[in-house]
Amino acid sequence: MQGLKKSILVSLWFMFLTFPLMVIRIDSLNGTIDWRWENMLGMGAGSFVLSFVWRFMMARKEAGRAAAAGGVMSARGAWFERLRSDPKAAVPALAVILAVFLVLPWLVSTYQTNIMISALLYVMLGLGLNIVVGLSGQLVLGYVAFYAVGAYSYAILNSNFGLGFWSVLPIGGAMAALFGILLGFPVLRLRGDYLAIVTLGFGEIIRLVLENWSDFSQGPSGIANIDRPGLFGTQLSVSDATTYIYYLILAAVIVTIVAVTRLKNSRIGRAWQALREDEIACQAMGIDITTTKLTAFALGACWAGFAGVIFAAKTTFINPASFTFLESAMVLAMVVLGGMGSVIGVSVGALVLILLPEYLRAFSEYRMLIFGATMVLMMVFRPQGLVSPGRTKYNVPDAEGAGAAAARPAAGGNA
Amino acid sequence: MSATTGNAATPVNSASGTAAVLDVRSISMNFGGLRALNEVDLQVRLGEIVALIGPNGAGKTTFFNCITGIYVPTEGTVHVTPRDGRTVTVNGLKASQVTELGMSRTFQNIRLFPTMSVLENVMIGRHCRTRAGILGALLRDSRTRAEEQRIVEESYALLKSVNLHQHYKDQARNLPYGAQRRLEIARALATDPFLLCLDEPAAGMNPQETHELKELVIEIRERHQLSVLLIEHDMSMVMSLSDRIYVMEYGSKIAEGTPEEVSKNPRVIKAYLGEESHA
Ligand SMILES: Nc1ncnc2c1ncn2[C@@H]1O[C@H](COP(=O)(O)OP(=O)(O)O)[C@@H](O)[C@H]1O
Ligand SMILES: [Mg+2]
Repeated sequence: MQGLKKSILVSLWFMFLTFPLMVIRIDSLNGTIDWRWENMLGMGAGSFVLSFVWRFMMARKEAGRAAAAGGVMSARGAWFERLRSDPKAAVPALAVILAVFLVLPWLVSTYQTNIMISALLYVMLGLGLNIVVGLSGQLVLGYVAFYAVGAYSYAILNSNFGLGFWSVLPIGGAMAALFGILLGFPVLRLRGDYLAIVTLGFGEIIRLVLENWSDFSQGPSGIANIDRPGLFGTQLSVSDATTYIYYLILAAVIVTIVAVTRLKNSRIGRAWQALREDEIACQAMGIDITTTKLTAFALGACWAGFAGVIFAAKTTFINPASFTFLESAMVLAMVVLGGMGSVIGVSVGALVLILLPEYLRAFSEYRMLIFGATMVLMMVFRPQGLVSPGRTKYNVPDAEGAGAAAARPAAGGNA
Repeated sequence: MSATTGNAATPVNSASGTAAVLDVRSISMNFGGLRALNEVDLQVRLGEIVALIGPNGAGKTTFFNCITGIYVPTEGTVHVTPRDGRTVTVNGLKASQVTELGMSRTFQNIRLFPTMSVLENVMIGRHCRTRAGILGALLRDSRTRAEEQRIVEESYALLKSVNLHQHYKDQARNLPYGAQRRLEIARALATDPFLLCLDEPAAGMNPQETHELKELVIEIRERHQLSVLLIEHDMSMVMSLSDRIYVMEYGSKIAEGTPEEVSKNPRVIKAYLGEESHA
């Protein structure tokens, strides 16, 4: 009953709000006003129903939280957890996913493959940023700067010194890591929103330098004719090269997933998480927060550097316009949407955020609207992101530790 | 108490001849205009349980923060003598370095790592006693795996000693209050301290839990061969547990001695009665 009254109020409010937009139309030809009352009715009915759905979802969310507090897992959560923790289910699932990704370029057009390549690049970026934001809890907004460092490392070394892709890949990563440490030092004492603002500024500085220092980076016109990655010196056609790069980035993503998962379950990864949870307690437990923060910055940046090199090799042309703040925000959105700290979550988040707008093109001008609405709804109903980080399994000494014996590998792989 | 007239840089050995593992000389701490600590001296000897008591706002927690490197004291020196026998000046070191030397603490307003598991909280304590780096994490070679497994086993054993091992998988924030306090103690023990500093460990506990905590502290001292510096308001616990007691009021030390001496001291009685008549 209470709900009914609320929904009526909501729908009245929406009818009032949208009244000028939906109802009145000025017919400038005849100089008359069209009163489109039927639109108002539609609006009222629509918002009435949606308000019910909204409240239902809210109630479910509350119930879910209560259940979680009581240690009961919702049915939906349960199968996912089983899939994740039971190797008998997880291995085939992973194999199927891998198989799909492996055959993909043979099933779809070069255009689609290109979209997949950029989606996978973003997976890599998201996983890198996940180290900094998700694991160590340092809110960094200028992440795209490290991506730019990697991309420009390859572009400049390639066009000026003729260095190839494979030799620059580690250099690009190392350069980005170096920049990560350079940024890390001055911001060691900053936290939260202050850190966000300073790192945002850092990202813009890198972009402005690239834009204005023409002798070095050729300014806004960018660097063209960058070599594609070589395959034992053979010349590949454009579509073959695309397929090649697809497999290359796929391999890079797999390496990244393994590396980030291992880092997360290591001594260093635990220190990052402790830093995220409580900086004072972290110090008091003997963890040097300076080195811990700097390793997080360096490793997070390093992955952006790798991704940057691959990006430059893929597009064969880069300019500063590819490295705007919007890109940083996008990568951060992937981490938050996917679930901070969760490797699976961030990967899925990146794929969704890149592929969704792409395949929503059918909705033309509404696609960004749908995209925005999806983000808002996600944040309301699942603020922790799509996937919450998995628990590491430990092999504790006694068997009475509730089924712990099943977890054979010491710090077993989860994501 | 007149020790400050001597060379402040040389640590004193107490009259009884046992080395002081912690030797604090005349430290002061100013927060802007507020003098939260005023020339406080304090010594803890090997194997001792020393209590630091005083009304709320006396500066006890500030004292802990100064000796563990969270704050840098405005004046004075702090020396510690770890198990290896060398004497180290602590003030000016980072909190993490102080812990690495072997001083570990708990917090008055519990500071666990709330969304990490109970076991992981203790494992963090082993961080400064283990070495695996980035390369080890990425390659996961046999040495790293062995070290990781050792961390798990040592941490689990510590959880067992505070009777929390059944909860090792739970998130730390879901533990009941008393259990969180015990987890903080286990986490502090994981750093292999020679001196354990407990800031109001019994706060919020019921009499039964307080009693168990008292037993636990005695047991820990025996098993880990360490000294304890304890801030506590529960007088029955303080009186029965401590070898010596220091009393603070308004940032200054007003008395020290054995439990009997302190409980007869007129200034202490006044400070405490004064507090009660306000309450
Ligand atoms: N970081 C700080 N900044 C300013 N004043 C502080 C700070 N920490 C403690 N104080 C002040 O120092 C005094 C002693 O506090 P505290 O050491 O917490 O007392 P106790 O632990 O004995 O109850 C109080 O007046 C408190 O307000
Ligand atoms: Mg206090």
